[in-house]
Amino acid sequence: MLLIECPYCGERDETEFSYAGEAHIARPLETEKLNDAEWADYLFMRKNPKGAHREQWLHAAGCRRYFNAERDTVNYKVKSTYKIGEQS
Amino acid sequence: MSKNYRLAEGGRINREHTVNFQFNGKSYSGFAGDTLASALLANGVHMVGRSWKYHRPRGILSAGAEEPNAIFQLEKGKYTVPNARGTQVELYDNLDASSVNCWPSLDFDLMSINSKFARMMPAGFYYKTFMWPKSMWMKYEHFIRKASGLGESPRQNDPDRYEHAHAHCDLLVVGGGIAGLTAALAAGRAGARVMLVDEQAEFGGLTLNSHAQIEGKSASQWIEDTVAELQAMEEVTLLNRATAFGYHDYNFLTVNQRLTDHLPLSERKSGREKVWQIRAHQVVLATGAAERPLVFANNDRPGVMLASAVSTYVNRYAVKPGNRVVIFTNNDSAYQTALDCKAAGIEIAVVVDARAQSSSELANTVRSAGIEVLNGSAVVDTSGGKHVSSVKVMNLAADGKSVSGSVKNISCDLLAVSSGWSPVVHLSSQSGAKAIWNDDQAMFLPGTPTQAQVSVGAANGTLDLKNSLHQAALAGNAAAKACGFDSDMAAPSAEALASEAILPLWQVPSIHASGRGPKAFVDMQNDVGVADIQLAAREGFHSVEHVKRYTAMGFGTDQGKLGNINGMGVLAQTLGQSIAETGTTTYRPNYTPVSFGAIAGQNLGDELFDPVRKTAMHAWHEENGAEFENVGQWKRPWYYPRNGESLDEAVNRECLATRESVGILDASTLGKIEVVGRDAAKFLEMIYTNNWMKLEVGKARYGFMLGEDGMVMDDGVTVRIAENHFYMHTTTGGAAGVLAWMERWLQTEWPELEVFLTSVTDHWATAAVVGPNSRRVVSAVCDGIDFSADNFKFMDSRVGKIGDLECRVNRISFSGELAYEVNVPANYGRYMWEELMQAGAEYNITPYGTETMHVLRAEKGYVIVGQDTDGSVTVEDLGMSWALSKTKTDYIGKRSLNRPDTLRKDRKQLVGLVTEDPKTVIPEGAQLVDNPGAPMPVPMAGHVSSSYYSACCGHSIAMALVKGGHHRTGETVYAPLANDRVIKATITDTNFYDKEGAKANA
Amino acid sequence: MSKYSIFSLARNAMSYHQNWAAAWRSPEPKQQYDAIIIGGGGHGLATAYYMAKEHGMTNIAVLEKGWIGGGNTGRNTTIVRSNYLWDESAHLYEKSMKLWEGLSQDLNYNVMFSQRGVYNLGHTLQDMRDIQRRVNANRLNGIDGHVVSAQEIKAAIPHINIDQGCRYPILGASFQPRGGVARHDAVAWGFARGADRRGVDIIQNCEVTSILQENGMVTGVETSRGKIMAPKVGVVVAGHCSVLADMAGFRMPIESHPLQALVSEPIKPILDTVVMSNAVHGYVSQSDKGDLVIGAGIDSYNGYGQRGSFSGIEHTVSAIVELFPIFSRVRMNRQWGGIVDTAPDACPIIGNTPVKGLYFNCGWGTGGFKATPGSGWVFAHNVATGEPHELNRPFALDRFVTGHLIDEHGAAGVAH
Repeated sequence: MLLIECPYCGERDETEFSYAGEAHIARPLETEKLNDAEWADYLFMRKNPKGAHREQWLHAAGCRRYFNAERDTVNYKVKSTYKIGEQS
Repeated sequence: MSKNYRLAEGGRINREHTVNFQFNGKSYSGFAGDTLASALLANGVHMVGRSWKYHRPRGILSAGAEEPNAIFQLEKGKYTVPNARGTQVELYDNLDASSVNCWPSLDFDLMSINSKFARMMPAGFYYKTFMWPKSMWMKYEHFIRKASGLGESPRQNDPDRYEHAHAHCDLLVVGGGIAGLTAALAAGRAGARVMLVDEQAEFGGLTLNSHAQIEGKSASQWIEDTVAELQAMEEVTLLNRATAFGYHDYNFLTVNQRLTDHLPLSERKSGREKVWQIRAHQVVLATGAAERPLVFANNDRPGVMLASAVSTYVNRYAVKPGNRVVIFTNNDSAYQTALDCKAAGIEIAVVVDARAQSSSELANTVRSAGIEVLNGSAVVDTSGGKHVSSVKVMNLAADGKSVSGSVKNISCDLLAVSSGWSPVVHLSSQSGAKAIWNDDQAMFLPGTPTQAQVSVGAANGTLDLKNSLHQAALAGNAAAKACGFDSDMAAPSAEALASEAILPLWQVPSIHASGRGPKAFVDMQNDVGVADIQLAAREGFHSVEHVKRYTAMGFGTDQGKLGNINGMGVLAQTLGQSIAETGTTTYRPNYTPVSFGAIAGQNLGDELFDPVRKTAMHAWHEENGAEFENVGQWKRPWYYPRNGESLDEAVNRECLATRESVGILDASTLGKIEVVGRDAAKFLEMIYTNNWMKLEVGKARYGFMLGEDGMVMDDGVTVRIAENHFYMHTTTGGAAGVLAWMERWLQTEWPELEVFLTSVTDHWATAAVVGPNSRRVVSAVCDGIDFSADNFKFMDSRVGKIGDLECRVNRISFSGELAYEVNVPANYGRYMWEELMQAGAEYNITPYGTETMHVLRAEKGYVIVGQDTDGSVTVEDLGMSWALSKTKTDYIGKRSLNRPDTLRKDRKQLVGLVTEDPKTVIPEGAQLVDNPGAPMPVPMAGHVSSSYYSACCGHSIAMALVKGGHHRTGETVYAPLANDRVIKATITDTNFYDKEGAKANA
Repeated sequence: MSKYSIFSLARNAMSYHQNWAAAWRSPEPKQQYDAIIIGGGGHGLATAYYMAKEHGMTNIAVLEKGWIGGGNTGRNTTIVRSNYLWDESAHLYEKSMKLWEGLSQDLNYNVMFSQRGVYNLGHTLQDMRDIQRRVNANRLNGIDGHVVSAQEIKAAIPHINIDQGCRYPILGASFQPRGGVARHDAVAWGFARGADRRGVDIIQNCEVTSILQENGMVTGVETSRGKIMAPKVGVVVAGHCSVLADMAGFRMPIESHPLQALVSEPIKPILDTVVMSNAVHGYVSQSDKGDLVIGAGIDSYNGYGQRGSFSGIEHTVSAIVELFPIFSRVRMNRQWGGIVDTAPDACPIIGNTPVKGLYFNCGWGTGGFKATPGSGWVFAHNVATGEPHELNRPFALDRFVTGHLIDEHGAAGVAH
C-alpha cells in the first residue's frame, strides 16, 4: 500500500489517488506532420522501466490535481513528487 | 470422562469455571483458559485427526499458530468454521469440534487404506499417471478432489458481522511477549502513540510458561504489572487476540482481531472479527520463535510433541501430555522441558541429546535432578498404533550423519522433540527484508530492513531473556526517538543464561536404505517426507521453490511454519550444498489464515458493496412502481409497469404515450460539468471533434469526444450559458472519466489555458419532458420563458422560474420529439417533477425509464456510446462525419483518423436493420452473416448493437455495425441464433421515424 | 528416459523410487545454438517444445534467469477458456484449447487439465448484451458456449448468490463447457521435460544481460553465464519484455503492472466449475487440492515488485463473498502477486521486431496461462520460419502503427 506525498496536500494513502501513467510525454504540437510510426510512438510506446519511473498521479479523492512522481517500480518507493511543470 | 491428565494445581486456567464441550460427538470438559488442544490433552485425547494423503493418525504437535495436525471442523450449521487450529481455539461452553479428513470416523477411517498404497504415491505421482484413457481424467479427478481438502465450507450464510478499522501510530509492536511489552513500554513511557498487537488472549507469550525472574519478580507478575502500566497510558492501545497477518509497503500492516470466537455461541453479540489497517512510523517485530520438530521414522505418531509445547501444556494449562516422557533434542532448550515435566510429576525416561556433550548449567541441573541424559544419541523410530508406546534409540555420530550400535527400546507415552528454533521472520520477510541463514544458530535471522522496522528478542534469534529485554528496550527507545520523543528507558533486569551450541540435525540418519523404511515426515499436514524431497531432487527439482511445488511442502494451512526449515535442510543435504545456498521460499501473507468475511468487512450487500447513487426523484420512482436498472453506480428507472405489465407492454405504452402526447424521463444521472474561463471555448475545440468558437450564447450543440486513438469515447450536448461559461453533458457512466480526462489535458498539457472545470452532476436534477404536448406542460410550469416555437428554438437554452425557484430549460431531444430538459437545484428535484406531473396530468403525462428512452432514440438512429460503440468505433463508422470539423487543424484523436486502419473502407459501420417478419426482434448481440450455411468458422459481417420492437413504427428496428455497411443499404443479412433459428433482415439507414425531423423542430 | 505411466510408477515403486531419471537435464550452456528462447516460463518452454517437435529444431536453448515456471506460470489462477470476442483472438485461443485437450498425452505428463466449464457472469443489461455478442461470435467460430440465465447458473452452482436485490445481481452468464483449469506448474514441467527429451537445453539461473546485434541482425546474447550465440532469438519474458526490448534498442507499447491472487485454506469440494465476474471483479475456482483459487484485479500503477496493494485484495474478497456468501467463514490462506505486461488493446504482441532474427512474444496481460500451448505453437512457427503463422499475424507489433488493434476490452463500454 503506497503512501504518496501530494505536492499540494501532503502524505495520503494510495487509495486517494489514481494513476495516470508515464509522465513527460508531450503531445506533439503539429500532429498532422507526424508519420504513422511517430504518432504510434507518442500514442502507445512506453519506457516501462524496471527501476526509476517518472509518472503522473491524480489526487482524485483530494485536491483533484495531477502531479508527477519519481517512483521505483521494483521497491515502489516514491523518491519525490513534484508539481506539473516543475523538475524533480 | 477421565481427567487423569490434569495436574492438581498450577496453570493459568480457571478451575472455578468448568467448560463442557464436544469432540467427535463425545462430551468432555475442561476449564476456562484452556485451548481446545489443552482440554483434549487433559482428557487424554492425543489423536485428533488424519493426515491429508495417507490418512495416518495424527496428534497435537504444538501449542500455537504453527500447528499442522490439530485441525478441526468447529461447530455445525451456520456457525461452522473449517480448519480451526485446536491449539489456538479458546475453549468455550458447548464448543463442538470434529476431526477433518476421516470417514466414517477418526478411529476407523476407510481412507487409511491409502497408507497401504503409499509406495505408489510418492511426491508428484499424479503427474505421471491418470492420463489413460484420456476421457477418464475427469473421473479420476473427481476422486482426487474428494480425497483432498480438509474441512467443509459452511453451507449457510454467515450470521456474523465483520468490521474494519484504520489506525495510524508512531510505533506498532507486533507480539506481546516480554520483548514486545518492553519495547512498547519504552516508547509508551516516552509519550509515543503505541499500538501493541498479540495473537493470544493473554499477553506474555511463551514467557507465561517461565519460572524466570524479571526485575526481581516472577515473570508472570512482571507481565501483569507491565500490561497494567501500558493499559493506563492514554496513547497506548493494546489489542489481544489480534494477529498481524500481513506486512505491506510503507509500514502498512494488516491485523485481524478476533472479538467473539472465544465466547459461547449464545453470547456472541458484537462483530466477530475486526481487520485493522495500520500505518506505523516505526515497527518493532517481537514475534518470537517457533520450535522445530525432529525428523525421524514415524515421527508423526500421536504422542510426539514439541518440547516447548510440552512445557506450555504443563505450566500454562496444568496438563500432563503423558505419564512417561522421552525428550529428544539437539539443543539446550528442551532441558527446561525435562525440569518442567519433573516438577509436574511426569516420569522422565531419558533425555536423548544428539550432541556428543551437553554441559550447560541447564543440562547439569537436569542431570543433578537425577534425570538420565544420553548424549550422542538419537531417536530413530517410534512404535505404537494410534499413540506412541516406545521409541528406538541408537548412537549418533558426532557429525550427525550416521547411527550405529544396538537399538535401545524405551517405553514412553510422550516424546518431546526439539530441533532448535526458527525465529518467526514472516512479517520481517514480507516487509522486504530477506531472511539470512545463520550457521552457528542454525536458523534464519531477519534480514536487513528495507522499511522502518526492527526485530527483537526471539524473533531476532535471541533466545535468552536478558538479551531479549535489552534489545527490546533499545528498539523501543529508538522508535520513540525516531518519532521525536525523548526516550532512554533502561532494560528490565534479568539473569543471563548461557547455552551451548546446537547440533543441526535436519534428519536423523535412517537405518534403512534411501527411500525404504518407515516414513519420516517433514511437513505433516501435507504428508511430505524425507523420501519425497529426495525424490524431487533426484528428478531435477533442485530449486527450493520447485521442491515446494512438486511435493506440496509448506502449502498447508500452517504454511510450513514447522516443516519448511527442516525441509530445506534435507534438500541442502541431498544436493550437497549449504542451506544458505538452498535459500528459503518466499514468506507471504497471511501469517495465519483470516476469514474472507473479515477482509470483506462491511463492504457487502445492496447498499455498501459499492456506493449507490440515487437521483432527487428516486423516492417518487419507487412510489410509482418503477423497476430500476444499474447504470454505473446509479439506480435509474428502467420502466414503470402498471397492473402487472411486462417490460414489453410497459415500454410500448410508454413509447406511444410519449410520441402521441407527452412523456417524462429522469435525466439527472447524465454527467454535468461546468467549463468556465477565458479559454473555455478554445479548450472545447480540442476536446470535441466539432467547432465551438462560434456557438452563440444561449445555444446548445451536440459533440463527440474521442480518445487520442480516434475512437469514440463519450458524447453529449453542451450549452453555452455565457461567453466563457459552458455546461457540458456526458454519458451517465462516463462522467467521472471525462472529468479526469479533461482535467488531465488542462493541468498537464495546456496549463496556459484559463479554464475551470466543476462536476455539477449532483447539483442539478433534470427532467426531460418529451412529446408533442411537452411545450404545453413546461409552459404551464416554468415562468419567465417565451416557449413559442420562434423564440425558443431547438437547441436553445433559457432561464426561467418554477415558482420562486430558478430553473434552466434546454430544448434538446434524445427522442426526435419536441422536448425540453428542465434543470433545478437537486434538492428541488422532486418538487419540479411533481409540478410537471401535475401540469401534464391533462395530457396523460407518462413517466418512462431507460428502456423507453433506448427505443425512442433508436427509432431516430441516435447512438448510445458504450452500446453502439465499443472502443473500436469512429465517428465516421457511425455515419456522423458531419460532427467532425473540417476546418480545425487539430483536436484530440484527429491524427489517429488518418491511419491506414481508420481509413479502411470495409470498417464496421453503423446501419439500420429491418427484419423480414416485422414482429421478430433480433436479439441484441446477434452476429450477422452473409451466408448462414457457410462452413465453420462462419465469416461474420457484423453484429446487432441495439434492437427493439418499435410500437410507433409498427415493426422491429435494429442498429448494427456491419462491415462496409454504409454501402450495403438494401442488402440482406442473416442473424443465426443459438437455437439454430436464422433471422433474415435488410440493411437500412438508421433513421426509422420522422425522417425529416419535423417533430423535434415543431 | 522412461515414459510415465501407471506401470512405470509401479515398477519404480518396486525399487523405492530410486531410479527415476531427472525430468530434465541441467546442461552447461553451449557457445552456439541454432536458436535461443529467452524465458523459461510456460510460453518459452512450449515454444522450445514445438520448435523441436514441429520444426525439427533441436539445437536450441531456453535461458531462464531463475527457476523454470517461476514467473507468471506459477502465479496465475490457471483458468483456461477460448471464448474470446474477436476473430483473431478466438482463433488463437481456440488453437490453444485444442492443444490443451491432448496436452497430457502429447507431453506424457499429466497437466491435470480439468474441463469443468467456465462461467462469465453478467451483472448489467450491457454485460448481457456483450455476453450475447461474444457467445454468438464464438459459436460461429466453432467455439462451444451458450448464454445461461441466473436460474440455470443457480442450478449448476448451488451456492452462488443470485438474489436480485443485491448490489449488482447476477443476470446471466456465458458458459463454455470446454473451459476449465489446469495444474500450472505441471504445464511448465511437462513442456520442459518434453523439450529436454527432444534435445533442447534448459538452462536455469542464466540471466540475459544484453542482446548482441550486428548490422541490425541478432547474433546472440550476453548472459550471467557467458556469451551464447545464435542467429535467432525468441523473447518470451512475461513481466520483463520492456526490459528486454530496451536491451535490443526499441520500445514496446507495454506497461507492466502487479496482478494479485490468493487462495483459501483447503476445503472439501464445494465449487465444481470456474466462475468469473468482470463487473464485480473477482474470479474463483477450486483446485484439486481443495483451495479456493481467487484472482484479484490488476493494480493501476506500473510495478515489477510481484506484489500489489491490500486494497485490491480487500475489493476482490468482497466480490467473492458477495457472489458466494457461504465463503465468509472460510479463511484466506495466502496471497501473492505477479507482473503482467499489458498492451493498449489487451491483446498479445507476437512476431517480428525491428531487429532481424529477434522475435517477441509478450503482452498477454492477465490472460496468458490459457494461451500457453497455442502461444508456444505459433511462436515456434514464427521463430523457426522467420515469418508469422496466420494465427499470430494479426498480433504483430505494427498494428500499433496501422491502428489495426484487436480491442478485447473495448467491449466493456460505458453506460448511457
